[in-house]
Amino acid sequence: MGRIEWAMWANEQALASGLILVTGGTVAVAAQFKGWQFAAYAIVAGVFICLLEYPRGKRKKGSTMERCGQKYLTAVVKVFGPVTRNYYVRAILHAALAVPAGFLLSTILGTACLGIASAIYLLAAIRGEEWNPIEQKPQERPQVGGGTIKQPPTMPPPRPPPETRKKQPAEEASQENPIPVTIEVGGVGR
Amino acid sequence: MGNWIVNHWFPAVVIAAWLGLNVFLFVYYFLLFDRDKKFYYTRVLLGSALAWARASAKCLNFNSMLILLPVCRNLLSFLRGTCSCCRRTMRKQLDHNLTFHKLVAYTIALFTAVHIIAHLCNFEWYNDSQQAADGSLSSILSNLHQDEESNKWLNPIHSNSTTPAYVTFTTIPGLTGVIITVALILMVTSSMEFIRRSYFEVFWYTHHLFIIYFAGLVIHGIAGLVRGQTAESLNKHNPEHCAQDPTHWGRKNKHSHCEEPEFGSIPAESWQWVLAPIVLYVFERVLRFWRSQQRVVVTKVVVHPSKVLELQMHKKGFSMEVGQYIFINCPSVSCLEWHPFTLTSAPEEDFFSVHIRAAGDWTENLIDTFQQQKPKTPRIAVDGPFGTASEDVFQYEVAMLVGAGIGVTPFASVLKSIWYKFQHADQCLKTKKIYFYWLCRDTGAFAWFNDLLASLEREMEESGKAGFLNCRLFLTGWDNSIAGQAAFNFDKDTDVVTGLKQKTFFGRPMWSNEFSAVATAHPRSVVGVFLCGPQALAKSLQKCCHQYSSLDPRKVKFYFNKENF
Repeated sequence: MGRIEWAMWANEQALASGLILVTGGTVAVAAQFKGWQFAAYAIVAGVFICLLEYPRGKRKKGSTMERCGQKYLTAVVKVFGPVTRNYYVRAILHAALAVPAGFLLSTILGTACLGIASAIYLLAAIRGEEWNPIEQKPQERPQVGGGTIKQPPTMPPPRPPPETRKKQPAEEASQENPIPVTIEVGGVGR
Repeated sequence: MGNWIVNHWFPAVVIAAWLGLNVFLFVYYFLLFDRDKKFYYTRVLLGSALAWARASAKCLNFNSMLILLPVCRNLLSFLRGTCSCCRRTMRKQLDHNLTFHKLVAYTIALFTAVHIIAHLCNFEWYNDSQQAADGSLSSILSNLHQDEESNKWLNPIHSNSTTPAYVTFTTIPGLTGVIITVALILMVTSSMEFIRRSYFEVFWYTHHLFIIYFAGLVIHGIAGLVRGQTAESLNKHNPEHCAQDPTHWGRKNKHSHCEEPEFGSIPAESWQWVLAPIVLYVFERVLRFWRSQQRVVVTKVVVHPSKVLELQMHKKGFSMEVGQYIFINCPSVSCLEWHPFTLTSAPEEDFFSVHIRAAGDWTENLIDTFQQQKPKTPRIAVDGPFGTASEDVFQYEVAMLVGAGIGVTPFASVLKSIWYKFQHADQCLKTKKIYFYWLCRDTGAFAWFNDLLASLEREMEESGKAGFLNCRLFLTGWDNSIAGQAAFNFDKDTDVVTGLKQKTFFGRPMWSNEFSAVATAHPRSVVGVFLCGPQALAKSLQKCCHQYSSLDPRKVKFYFNKENF
């Protein structure tokens, strides 16, 4: 298993654990079980974990699929620098967050899953992995003609030959348009 | 909408039936546990959480039974074989086996959540009832039969100084429940598409936790903690009547006589649901293992450009059909991993071959191992062949074959088979016309396929059937220099990229044009569209199939088939 990035799986596991903590906590708080205060804590911890783990880190090799709308959270998580970048910190953090939820049956499943996520993060950290944010690429120009035309003409017909176009069009154009012309992209061939 | 029905009626029926059964089971057992007199006193302690837990348990049993069936490859292949008398559409549906498996898995996850939430409530309320000392009906019921040896109690919690968590971990259903849920969660997180496509080994090994899941599921209900009033007791004690006056149970009373109620457990029944699929699946794995033990001789190894490895092999008793795939295992690379590859040889050849592209850990290691050219070639084990959609190519009058990049491999087999059929002058081919589209990014990948296409071109011309096979090659990763060369060599007879008579097109095909051309050329035929490639392409092809199919059964109809791995 040479090139596996364990952090990717740990991320999925931690996200699932966050959701489980929130669910278990909500049930216990809503039905007012004994010890529901632990459940209230679990809800808060679960939400925090979901927010932390939602932005997927960048893979070392190959392209990474972003989760829907993760760029806003990426910006926030990036701010904390080494604290969120380092996986040892995450492993210890998740282990610590998991412990209080283990005192109530409703949230104990969250504890187990978060504990496993913490162990996988530890493994990832030992192998030297790091969390790197996925940066936005610049927007590409919208394609015309199904992507088969690379450079659509920018002047409407009739077009003067290229030599005349290089000079100032106002002085050297071979004809003057009687009415103002608006350039529409996509009007080719109509 | 009409076109969608024509193409998808069978999976829609299967899904509707499955959904209907789920709803029926849930509602029926919910009402049973919520209304039946037998569980009257259980409901006093637990409310409707009992019904929620039991109804979801039934659905969990049902879906756990179903989930193993779509992954029994050999069984499915067998069904495909025996379905040769059935219509095309029935066999096509076996392609959707993985989709169904995932759907059932998500349903299991959903019902597990419902079941656990209901049982969280149950444990909590059982505990509360046991600890209550206020003489209420709940506390009286909880104290019944607690000290006796007989198994007639209602409340499974026997101590009044315990917590639900402690009870969970010291009872069989609680402990097995936690273990199998953790196993389920690990299986689900490692099966996410992103993980599966990038790190297949994690998915493959973690998924074997299903063994723990099924073992735990069967043991889960053994302890019989769900209790209802026994039939015998119901005769002597009518709950609707007697519940009003619990303090007088067992004593003679001039108004009514109520004996103390007695309770028994519902027997464990998960095993009845999952036994048959487990046996089938065990048989499937044994069969795979046995087939893999048979000796495979590697007769030729070719390394093509673009890191493509071709292995030609021979195995006793191996017979294949067009477009099938095999699973390959190489112990020197990895003992336990099996990976699927489409066969690229024709059934008429005396060897079978696969073309393997470097796409991850295992494939790269395999290519390295073979490139090292050790004196003893590494041992290979083969399981298969298994059939998928391409087998059906010759059943259609007109076929459109679309392969993207390495996705052309099933069609390599088809084209070779055509060549052999021509050589043997096989006149009873049902297929009258084949349109072949190959989309590729760079020219390097063309190399190994070139010879095949060149010889096919020659063959077609010699036998005077130049119109039978229409090849359209699309180079999607072109740049200015290649385009310049093509323009310069426009008048030449053969193509500058491939050396074939058929010119290479540049850029992606415009599918609407292609489909309307085919529809116009064959207005009354049934056209099969076969794709081996990315999901995005499948979507656009599917759309075109719907768009250009006519509702009139006598006119042109496009059927879409997709390979998936």
